[in-house]
Amino acid sequence: MSDRVSISAILQRRRGQIQAEWMEQLATASSSKSGHVAREELRRQADDFLKVFNEALDSGRVTDISGAEWAEVRHFLEELSRQRVLAGFAADETAAFIFSLKKPLFEALKQEALGDPQRFAEDAWSATVLLDQLGLYTVKSSQRAREEVINRQQQELLELSTPVVKLWDGILALPMIGTLDSARTQIVMESLLQKIVDTESQIAILDITGVPTVDTLVAQHLLKTVTALRLMGAECIISGVRPQIAQTIVHLGVDLQGVITKASLADALALAMKRIGVSVTRE
Amino acid sequence: MDRIPILRMGEFLLVTLQVDMHDQLALRLQDDLTHMIQAKSAKGVLIDISALEMVDSFMGRMIGDISGMARILDARTVLVGMQPAVAITLVELGLSLPGVDTALNVERGVQLLKRALA
Repeated sequence: MSDRVSISAILQRRRGQIQAEWMEQLATASSSKSGHVAREELRRQADDFLKVFNEALDSGRVTDISGAEWAEVRHFLEELSRQRVLAGFAADETAAFIFSLKKPLFEALKQEALGDPQRFAEDAWSATVLLDQLGLYTVKSSQRAREEVINRQQQELLELSTPVVKLWDGILALPMIGTLDSARTQIVMESLLQKIVDTESQIAILDITGVPTVDTLVAQHLLKTVTALRLMGAECIISGVRPQIAQTIVHLGVDLQGVITKASLADALALAMKRIGVSVTRE
Repeated sequence: MDRIPILRMGEFLLVTLQVDMHDQLALRLQDDLTHMIQAKSAKGVLIDISALEMVDSFMGRMIGDISGMARILDARTVLVGMQPAVAITLVELGLSLPGVDTALNVERGVQLLKRALA
């Protein structure tokens, strides 16, 4: 394969020149409004990349980057994308790291292939194919890194949004905030039931003031929680039902018979205290 | 053959389920328990399932049956000590055990029975 030899050889021979030109390109491409990478950092990254890139070129296939020869390069790009995502760069800006190598590399290929347009065309084509693949891989990696960040945040949000509060000895409250879906209700239910066991509480108040809408599915989840609580031997009061939600529940035909509902958390607490035989008097 | 011990606590009976039930064991328990309720004229039955990590639909039905039989013999049944995971499983299975009273632990169950009989 003549093209392999030539790109690799050219890269080695003209590495200084390519790197210098690439740095110029990178400096303009990498200082966008969403973030800035220090010049020293860029130089180090460019240097590292050219090293692994060269090794991969030397070792074998140049048209397909999914092989084991390119593992180093792929790893480098993944790491780079991850760093850039965390620093707040967009996927296209990260990919520019690879695409900006095109110009200096083509320049070098042109100078090497003086008087031989056929060879230049071939070299340029294989270099283009290769860099495009690497660029796309970078985009893919940075998207994946971004998804990881989103997933982690979702998980954190889930944990944050389900606090079980002890209101009184024997009374627990669970202020629910945000839309209820199956996954969240499951976690809410588990943490509430566990807390009931831990604190030996008799009454749990589910406060849905922060739940924007109640549809049949949400109502279903609420009923499940109420039933599970009853099975454990605790009582459940649903509080914070807004007028709009009360209307929706009736229009949907959801049967809340047997479930105690209160308009406000204060009313629910008053009832709960009455149930456990505690009374509060004003001095 | 195995049998499940039934303990007498004053006018109440306490059954602790610790092993997975099978048909024979369940029938035997129902038989023993109904006889015991009559013999001791018990007013309440406490079924403690705090040691059970799993309750299937068979077990759920059996508990419902026992509760129904006891009610006919004028004794109230309270199911106590259900684990959170078990409660979630039963709800997912659609078994809400209607007509069965529940309490968090044996102590609370006794309180509930005493209050109901008072």
